Amino acid sequence: MLLLLQAPAAAATQIGEPNRVAMVFFFIFIASTLGITWWAARRTRTTEHFYAAGRVIGPRQNGFALAGDYMSAASFLGIAGLVSTSGFDGLIYSTGWLVGWPVVLFLIAEPLRNLGRYTFADVVATRLQQAPVRLAAALGTLATVTFYLIAQMVGAGGLIRLMFGIRYEIAIAIVGVAMIAYVLFGGMIATTWVQIVKAVLLLGGAAILAVLVLAQFGMNPARLFAAAAAKFGDGVLAPGKLVSKPLDTISLGLALMFGTAGLPHILMRFYTVPDAVAARRSVFWATGLIGAFYLMTFVLGFGAMVLVGPDVIKSVEPGGNMAAPLLAEHLGGTPFLGFIAAVAFATILAVVAGLTLSGAAALSHDLWVSVVRKGHASPEEQLKVARIATVLLGIVAVLLGISFQGQNVAFMVGLAFAIAASANFPALVLSMFWRRCSTAGAVASMLTGTVSTLLLIYLSPTVQVDILKHSAAWFPLKNPALVTIPLSFAVGVFVSLAFPEPQAAKDYAYVERRMVLGAVEE
Amino acid sequence: MTTTDLHLRALAATRWRVALALTAVMVIVYFGFVALIAFDKPLLALHLTPGLTLGILLGVLVIVASWLLTWVYVRWANTRYDPELHRLRK
Repeated sequence: MLLLLQAPAAAATQIGEPNRVAMVFFFIFIASTLGITWWAARRTRTTEHFYAAGRVIGPRQNGFALAGDYMSAASFLGIAGLVSTSGFDGLIYSTGWLVGWPVVLFLIAEPLRNLGRYTFADVVATRLQQAPVRLAAALGTLATVTFYLIAQMVGAGGLIRLMFGIRYEIAIAIVGVAMIAYVLFGGMIATTWVQIVKAVLLLGGAAILAVLVLAQFGMNPARLFAAAAAKFGDGVLAPGKLVSKPLDTISLGLALMFGTAGLPHILMRFYTVPDAVAARRSVFWATGLIGAFYLMTFVLGFGAMVLVGPDVIKSVEPGGNMAAPLLAEHLGGTPFLGFIAAVAFATILAVVAGLTLSGAAALSHDLWVSVVRKGHASPEEQLKVARIATVLLGIVAVLLGISFQGQNVAFMVGLAFAIAASANFPALVLSMFWRRCSTAGAVASMLTGTVSTLLLIYLSPTVQVDILKHSAAWFPLKNPALVTIPLSFAVGVFVSLAFPEPQAAKDYAYVERRMVLGAVEE
Repeated sequence: MTTTDLHLRALAATRWRVALALTAVMVIVYFGFVALIAFDKPLLALHLTPGLTLGILLGVLVIVASWLLTWVYVRWANTRYDPELHRLRK
C-alpha cells in the first residue's frame, strides 16, 4: 500500500523495476535446471536418449511434460490478459486450447507410438518413399516450429525486459543460451525434466493465485463473476465484440482442435514412453492437468479484471499480458510478483527448448540421416548432427527474436497451429488410416497445407490490415484453417487416387498390424 | 491370413469405431459451444444464478466433457482393448 503514496495508480507497480525476488527465483530455476542438464548429459549417449529420453519416461511424468510443453506463456499471460480486458471472449481460448487433447488421445497417440521412432515423419514414411515424404514433413515441421519460436522469443524478450528491467537483446540472448544448453547437453532427458519442473511451477503458481483470488469472494467463483458484472456490466459475462464474425471463431476453433494433433514437439513426446499404453495414459494426465490450468484462467482473468482493473492492466502493457503478474503483485506484494515473473520466464524457456529439440530432430533425423545419407549414418554421426542442428536452430531463434523485436507476432501462434493442423495432421491421418494413400498424395497434402496456410495468412486481415495497415484484405478469415484443413485432405485424397502406389497399398497390412502391436524390434 | 490376424484386424476396427465415435462427440460438443457463441449470443448471456451465465457454465462443461471423454476412452481401452490384445499376442 505504500506504493500508492509514491506513485499514481497506473504506475503503482514494481513491474519494470529490477525485482530481487524474481532474480532469486529465476537463478534457482536456472541453477536447478542446469543441474538436471548436467545429470542428463551423462545419460545421453545415443540418439535414442537424445530424441526419446531412452523411452523410459513414465506416463505421469510424460503427462506433466506434455502439459509443460503445451502451456506456453501465451496461455498463462495471454489468456489471463484477454479475460481481464474482454471478459467471456477470452474464455473461448481457454476451452479451445484444451479440446485438441482428446483428439490426440483417440486418433494419434497410440498408433504414433507404435509406428514411429523419433518424429511424426517416421509414421507418414512407414510404407511410402522416404526422401520425398521426409522432405515435405520436415518443411511442415520447421514452418510450425519457426513461427511458434518467433512468437515465444519475442514474447520472452518483451516479458523479461518488462519484469526484470534488462535490455531486450540481452533477455533474448539469455533465453537462447539456456535453451541451447538444455537441449545440446541434456537432449530429451533434460528437456523432459525441465518441462516437468516448469509444469509443476506453473500449475502451482496459478493455483495459489486462484485460491488467493477466490478467498476474497468467499471461495465462490459466481460471486467473483457477479462482482465483475457489477463493476463492468453484464456484457463481460457473455460473448462480445471479439467474436463478432462467426466464421473467424469457427476457423480458429478448427486450428486449435486439430493443430494440437499436429504439433511436432508434442508428437515427439509420445516416443519417450515405453509403449502405447503409457502413451495413452500420459495424454490422460496431460488433459487433466491442462484442463485444470485453463479452468484456473477463468478465475485469474476475472480476478485481475475486478481486483486490478482493465485500465491499469492496459496502461502497463497494451496487450493485457501483464494481468496475471499485476494480480500477483496486488495479492501477494513484490515477492509474489517476483515468483510469478520467474514462473512465466521458466514457462517460455521450457517451451522454446521443446520446440528446438523437435526442430533439430526434423533437421538431423529426417533431412540429414534419411534424405542426405539415405539412412546410412553411424550412431555417432547422427548424434553429432543432431547437436549441430540444435546449435544452429538456437542461433536462428535468437536472431529471429531480435529481428522481430517490437512487432505484433501474437498471430504467429495461431499460424503455427494452422500449419500444424493443415500440413501435418491430414498427412498423418491419411497415411495411418487409408490404404490407398500414396507418396505423391502425402507429399502433395503436406506441401499444400504449408504453402496455402502461409499464403492465406499473408492475404488475411491479420497481416494486411493489422500489420501492413491496408484498408481491406483479399482473404476474409483471420485464421485460414477452415479452408486449409479440408483443402489438404482433398489434395491428399485426389493426388493419391491420381498417382496410385500399388506397393504402398500392399504394405498397408504391415502398417495396420504394427499400429496395433507396435514394433517388435526397437 | 491366420485367425489371429483376423482377430487382430477386428480388434483394430473396434478401436477405430470407438475412437471415431468419441472424436465425433468432442467435435459436436466444442463446435456446438462455438456455434452458440457465433449465432446465439443472447442465450449465453442468460443468468442462471447471479454471476453465473449459461455461457460460462457451458465453457466449464466443455472442459469437463474433455475430461470425461478421455476417461471413458482410457477406461474402455484398459478394461476391454488391452486384455483382448494381450490374449491375441500370445
